[in-house]
Amino acid sequence: MDFISKFFKDDSNTSKNVAVERLRLVLVHDRASVSLGLMESLKEDLIAVISKYMEIDQDAMEVNLNSSERSAALTANIPVIRIKR
Amino acid sequence: MPGKVIVVTSGKGGVGKTTTSANIGMGLAIRGKKVVLIDADIGLRNLDVVLGLENRIVYNLIDVVEKSCKIRQALIKDKRYEKLYLLPAAQTREKDAVKPEQMVELCDELRLDYDYILIDCPAGIEHGFKNAIAAADEAFIVTTPDVSAVRDADRIIGLLEAKEVQNKYLIINRVRPEMVRRGDMMSVEDVKDILGVELMGVIPDDQTIIVSTNRGEPAVSDNASRAGQAYRNIVARLEGEKVPFMSLDYDLSFFEKIKRLIVK
Repeated sequence: MDFISKFFKDDSNTSKNVAVERLRLVLVHDRASVSLGLMESLKEDLIAVISKYMEIDQDAMEVNLNSSERSAALTANIPVIRIKR
Repeated sequence: MPGKVIVVTSGKGGVGKTTTSANIGMGLAIRGKKVVLIDADIGLRNLDVVLGLENRIVYNLIDVVEKSCKIRQALIKDKRYEKLYLLPAAQTREKDAVKPEQMVELCDELRLDYDYILIDCPAGIEHGFKNAIAAADEAFIVTTPDVSAVRDADRIIGLLEAKEVQNKYLIINRVRPEMVRRGDMMSVEDVKDILGVELMGVIPDDQTIIVSTNRGEPAVSDNASRAGQAYRNIVARLEGEKVPFMSLDYDLSFFEKIKRLIVK
């Protein structure tokens, strides 16, 4: 039975898949020359600026640097609770 | 037609730049091309021992760029393959003893007489790297299928792009097919997808490389060596032949072959 389960085992957790995933993540930042610390301070500044005009859901806010091939794009998803007037 | 200047680079050390330079250079010479191999790793000279030419060095790269000797005096002619020449690195100087402009001037002169000028780049991204890529028409990026080598290769690719070295090709070294099958090593496809660079060659992990380096006789000249065959394939591709990438299924057992058929 053991060899049958080996035969069709789920391979999503193999060490090579872990390697590929870790590499993809680290390269997104390498390629844009942006560290995780820099992303955090960017996020804080964004919150500070936007909060002057709108009330936002800070916990649900997402700021990501996405790379495809050799270019990168900054995407921010910021849920607005209320517009300040 | 003027010769082509190719830099062999990697970022990370110990992934097989020097071995790759020696094998591709010798492979081209075996096919009758006139080749100069330049060891740009100043202070850590190694291409000479890999080629078995260490006892014949008189002048070196720095003597040439400082014009204390003629190019022809510094070039060591291989006695086995007479179209192969080595320009050795200086062993006792600093890496900044050569400037990028001097490399360009040297390579422009060599282009007139040789079909290929292969530059063995030092590890790292500082001075030595900048010198080595200054004159390059093409870059061969050598990596092994592990996270640190691939990450460094990615960095090198970015730097080559910034320096406008347009033609970049990937050589994946030390692939262990049985580990790839187990899911314990990134496959050629994985590495190629991550780096997004055209593939030039896949070299299996092969003990004959160590034996051939011990002897100073690159594996490319050994018809029985699998790594040597992989290097011969790269040389053929460089010369414009369409050669399929080597199958790495050679050590599959009968049972594994059946399993593959079923799982597919």
